[in-house]
Amino acid sequence: MRPDLDIVANLVGDGQNVLDLGCGDGALLETLIRKHECHGLGVENDLDDFHACIDRGVPVTFGDLEEELPRTGSGSFDCSVLSLTLQAVRHPDRVLEEMRRVAPRQIVSLPNFGHWKLRADLAVKGRMPVTSLLPYEWFDTPNIHLCTLADFEQLTRQAGMKIESRILVDGEGRRASAMTGKAANLLAPGAVYSLEG
Amino acid sequence: MSDGIGLVETKRVVVFEGEDPLTLESGAVVKEVEVAYETYGELNEERSNAVFICHALSGDAHAAGHHKGDDPQRPGWWDNLIGPGRPLDTDRFFVICANVLGGCKGTTGPASIDPDTGKPYGLRFPLIQVRDLVTVHRALLRELGISRLLAAIGGSLGGMQALQWSIDHPGEIDGALMVAASARLSAQNIAFSAVAREAIMHDPDFAGGDYYGTGKRPGRGLGLARMIGHITYLSEESMREKFGRRIQDAELPRYGFDVDFQVESYLHYQGQSFVERFDANTYLYLGRVMDYFDPFSDPVKVQRQLARGDTGFLVLSFDSDWRFSTDHARDLAAELRHAGASVTFREISSPHGHDSFLFPTPDYHQTVAGYMDRLASAAGVDD
Repeated sequence: MRPDLDIVANLVGDGQNVLDLGCGDGALLETLIRKHECHGLGVENDLDDFHACIDRGVPVTFGDLEEELPRTGSGSFDCSVLSLTLQAVRHPDRVLEEMRRVAPRQIVSLPNFGHWKLRADLAVKGRMPVTSLLPYEWFDTPNIHLCTLADFEQLTRQAGMKIESRILVDGEGRRASAMTGKAANLLAPGAVYSLEG
Repeated sequence: MSDGIGLVETKRVVVFEGEDPLTLESGAVVKEVEVAYETYGELNEERSNAVFICHALSGDAHAAGHHKGDDPQRPGWWDNLIGPGRPLDTDRFFVICANVLGGCKGTTGPASIDPDTGKPYGLRFPLIQVRDLVTVHRALLRELGISRLLAAIGGSLGGMQALQWSIDHPGEIDGALMVAASARLSAQNIAFSAVAREAIMHDPDFAGGDYYGTGKRPGRGLGLARMIGHITYLSEESMREKFGRRIQDAELPRYGFDVDFQVESYLHYQGQSFVERFDANTYLYLGRVMDYFDPFSDPVKVQRQLARGDTGFLVLSFDSDWRFSTDHARDLAAELRHAGASVTFREISSPHGHDSFLFPTPDYHQTVAGYMDRLASAAGVDD
């Protein structure tokens, strides 16, 4: 499993009813169901990933998360998860709003477009950055709403959401060194947020 | 695709009789119940690879292969799904399909002889529910020495049986696969059902349901019911593609009240061929089974029931199905999830309307095959 998903799994905790939006191959949900006694549901619009979820025995709805979210009952989950997917949705603000509506806790992980290496790629090379967390070329990227950690935090403040915790991650999605916290928006390749309210 | 399973035959077994009659959900009693069924593949030593096919309104036990003397080009109604290497792989699974209670294809129904009178039941056959259909399926399994199913699968009314079964008997089914099904009929569904019923019951040859042995049958009424039903099974798109506004056996319209358009001719043919193979009373009874189906009427009880087992659910719908549209399937999935069940859901693109569940659409079959693979590996069927 991707290291950032381990962080997400620990933030979710045990015995939770989890909605994993853009659940990919279902690895996170499988871990949550098997090791954390969670219930869960994934939403995935990639066919291979949908079949991978079936293969793992993870319940999943095939579809676009932005279409599935409005169909989901208010408060029907304990926790909604969006891992490395916010930047790929059409309306990140609406998705966050819907995640709040369907669950009192939200866990969001995202790549930080403010990381110094990306800034340098643009400033020095004049080229769109390609990194391990953002591995696409500009012309084939599904990532249409990139933001920095500062941007994201401002959006959550505007929405009246409370950041309960923030874990900074390195380029491989592992917990970043303590140093990184000195200037997170510049030094952290990504972050996992646990939000409430 | 392989050649399928070849020759098969329908078997019969009495599952209720004498001291052990069938008591229906309503409390009414059917003294003797015989079941017509077919099986494909082999039951493994652990008896862990049984898959039960629940058929739809006009189906029967002959789901796959072909009968001796039949045209091999016209196999059982779900042959494209069942057989070696097919999604319900008979090299791995023991597949069972039985004609439902109230049916007219070998299982006890309104055309059967009432032991009390020595005459066919007709409308004296008691009203039945999906639960009663399941009771008889389970009695058949008891005869076959099977206490647990790897899967129950069905389309339309068949999906309803798989659903009711998994709710009422937690721990008995590993996976319930429901295709083009619904947890409750809509007002529009019931309205179509009412028109079909009126057509049959107002046929002068219906004779209050006692047409057996009169040499007459309510063919016009049943044919009309089937024509109405068939319209709801197809999509506008599939009708347009199949018939358009083309004229039957001619280039120019004949202008008149007789059959002129191809679609009219097709519906007439569907109606008439149905009359030859189906019993009007069974149509009435099974229509009512669907109308009254409401498994989530007590959601708290459903929640309690499902918590006692660990059945997984696969809910599939088709985008061109307007009889049981994707909304029906979404509601079904949502109600199951609300009751705590693990539900995988997918809407499949297919032009064939409600009938899509009978077509070998690759996306559909791959999803069923993938779900069956998962059930098999979780149960250790392939080991």
